[in-house]
Amino acid sequence: MKPDTYFIDGNTACAEGAIAAGCTFFASYPITPATEILETMAKRFPEIHGSYLQMEDELASIAAVIGASWAGRKAMTATSGPGFSLMMENYGFALMTETPCVIVNVMRGGPSTGLPTMVAQGDVMQTRWGTHGDVGVVVYCPGSPQEMFDMTVEAFNTAERYRLPVVLLSDAVVAHMTEKVVIPPKEELDIVNRKKPKNSPEEYLPYCPDEDLVPPMACAGEGYGVHVTGLTHDERGYPSVDEKTQTFLVTRLINKIRKNSDDILKYEEYKVDDAEIIIVAYGSVSRSAREAVDMARAEGIKVGLLRPITLWPFPEDRIYELAAKGVKAFLVAEINFGQIVYEVQRCTDGHCPTYLAPRMGGSIHTPEELVERLYGINEGKEGSN
Amino acid sequence: MAEQMEGDVIGGKKIQEKYLRDEMMPHIFCNGCGLGNVLDYVLWAVEKEGFDMDKTVFLSGIGCSSRIPGYIDADALHTTHGRALGFATGVKMANPELNVIVFTGDGDCIGIGGNHFIHAARRNLNITVIAVNNYIYGMTGGQVAPTTPEGHFGTTAPYGNIESPFDMSKMAIAAGATYVARWPVYRPNQPINSIREGLRNNGFSFIEMMSPCTTAYGRRNKFREIKDLWDFYIDNTILKEEYEMTMKFGSEEEKEAAKDKIIIGELHKISKKPLEDRYRDLVKELME
Ligand SMILES: Cc1ncc(C[n+]2csc(CCOP(=O)(O)OP(=O)(O)O)c2C)c(N)n1
Ligand code: SF4
Ligand SMILES: [Mg+2]
Repeated sequence: MKPDTYFIDGNTACAEGAIAAGCTFFASYPITPATEILETMAKRFPEIHGSYLQMEDELASIAAVIGASWAGRKAMTATSGPGFSLMMENYGFALMTETPCVIVNVMRGGPSTGLPTMVAQGDVMQTRWGTHGDVGVVVYCPGSPQEMFDMTVEAFNTAERYRLPVVLLSDAVVAHMTEKVVIPPKEELDIVNRKKPKNSPEEYLPYCPDEDLVPPMACAGEGYGVHVTGLTHDERGYPSVDEKTQTFLVTRLINKIRKNSDDILKYEEYKVDDAEIIIVAYGSVSRSAREAVDMARAEGIKVGLLRPITLWPFPEDRIYELAAKGVKAFLVAEINFGQIVYEVQRCTDGHCPTYLAPRMGGSIHTPEELVERLYGINEGKEGSN
Repeated sequence: MAEQMEGDVIGGKKIQEKYLRDEMMPHIFCNGCGLGNVLDYVLWAVEKEGFDMDKTVFLSGIGCSSRIPGYIDADALHTTHGRALGFATGVKMANPELNVIVFTGDGDCIGIGGNHFIHAARRNLNITVIAVNNYIYGMTGGQVAPTTPEGHFGTTAPYGNIESPFDMSKMAIAAGATYVARWPVYRPNQPINSIREGLRNNGFSFIEMMSPCTTAYGRRNKFREIKDLWDFYIDNTILKEEYEMTMKFGSEEEKEAAKDKIIIGELHKISKKPLEDRYRDLVKELME
């Protein structure tokens, strides 16, 4: 779509964000509530000389995306919980082999087939720990159709800069809601492309990192003869069963995110400065939470909202800082039985209580029910979570 | 180059120096394993076809057979168990200029990766698949595979296999592959020619290599010596042409003897536009 202001849904905005970021390869398998992304790509990709594929399943979708990335393309797949579960092994392969790509998970109600058409936030910890082994991950959680566009661009930039699969963790409400979305002109978009090797094929070591812990990436067909394997590998990319090689590699993969987390981390605050109670909410729920902040303030309760936009890295320092500075309590609202609440609790380090406003999949919290909880906390009527 | 190639095709040495990664040696394959032969044949085919190694990508899944690309000095993706064809689909569609060659084992190809296998064949991507059939899960120590003949033993079939095996080549043909051949590794020339044919075919080429696994399969199935396995292949295979003649003109006994043998040779060859060309045509059409 041409740069302009549109009235579109989150999934369309996500597809357009990918195209704006330079994505030219898309492979997926249909699943509600992500299907509109496939449908948009199927229509748009031949027009932009991109490659679109509907694969036989999600295992193949992410495999094709990783293959395309190694053939030099910016590549993306989109799915929901059941498909995301199928992708876990190759998600780990992409992390291990440092393959830039983007995986969109539009969350719906689980477990299992669950509530296919309705919202939930049950896959949060799966994005962090769903694949086997120790990993460092980056996960964006958009809160509006505009952010579906912006964070898809950002997800590609982070994937390319730090060489990893980045997850855009959306939900059925944000994906299907229609709102104003501004698609900015090309020159206003900051687009990042992967680092290429500066040395000759003879000198190049595919897994020898620069100072930022990210190795430059030579792709297939560029004459560098790169061996890519999910086995533990040395700087040459060759398999190794050496403990030292394993320690060096995995430590670097994790530090690559940790040491650059100031650059990657994103969150938004609303009326936090003088707040005594802080709601932590992300994705669609953050919209009710924002409303709840205003409603509670109208009743004289000093409430603020902290909305993580990256779930990983998580705004741990900021939460610790607020807790240590004397915030009375945190209230975490999420459409699950408690996932991010444990992260918040860990970050407060015992300085104040953390409460959970859980909810089962199907719909988002109403502002009223959150205000109810805020009253309780304010009056000291709630036991600690 | 052509002059150097005259003479003994499996002499091996020179070709290995040209194409293999020195630093990766020694390789992990057992004595008597057929994987070395398979690798040699593919290198000869690539050499004879004059493929540019800078524009050739090797992919594989997981297993002994899937370790082959690790030894070749070219771009390679050693991926996850059963998924190599998914990755290969991405590579080929992303850059159709690249020659794509996939190594896979019988378990990798039609066990865990069966769905990707039939769909890659159906799409008729222009890639070449070298499926090494050792009738067993070799790398993990000899568990029964979906290809293990009935009655044969594996660590997980201690009383003999009671399931019917898959015929990978038949499956490839049924699913839409445009070139299919099957050869035991003890014949060098025919497999090399078939691999060359496969590399030249503008579509999905499937070459099944019957390859002895001495360690995980032979030992448990009374093929203690490599020769026993090779003899088994000789006794139990029949050339396609011979099979067809026997079935047409043979006596009842000859027919009876031939009917359960594994048919080898060039099994299938048709011409059909591959997916990446169809996609290119579609894009062109939309642009007009
Ligand atoms: C998802 C997954 N399941 C199981 C394994 C274990 N595994 C590794 S190799 C292998 C069997 C390989 O058999 P085949 O493809 O026939 O290759 P071969 O070793 O016989 O050449 C298995 C089961 C794995 N690596 N990944
Ligand atoms: S286990 Fe079998 S297939 Fe694997 S290297 Fe040894 S002989 Fe070859
Ligand atoms: Mg096998």
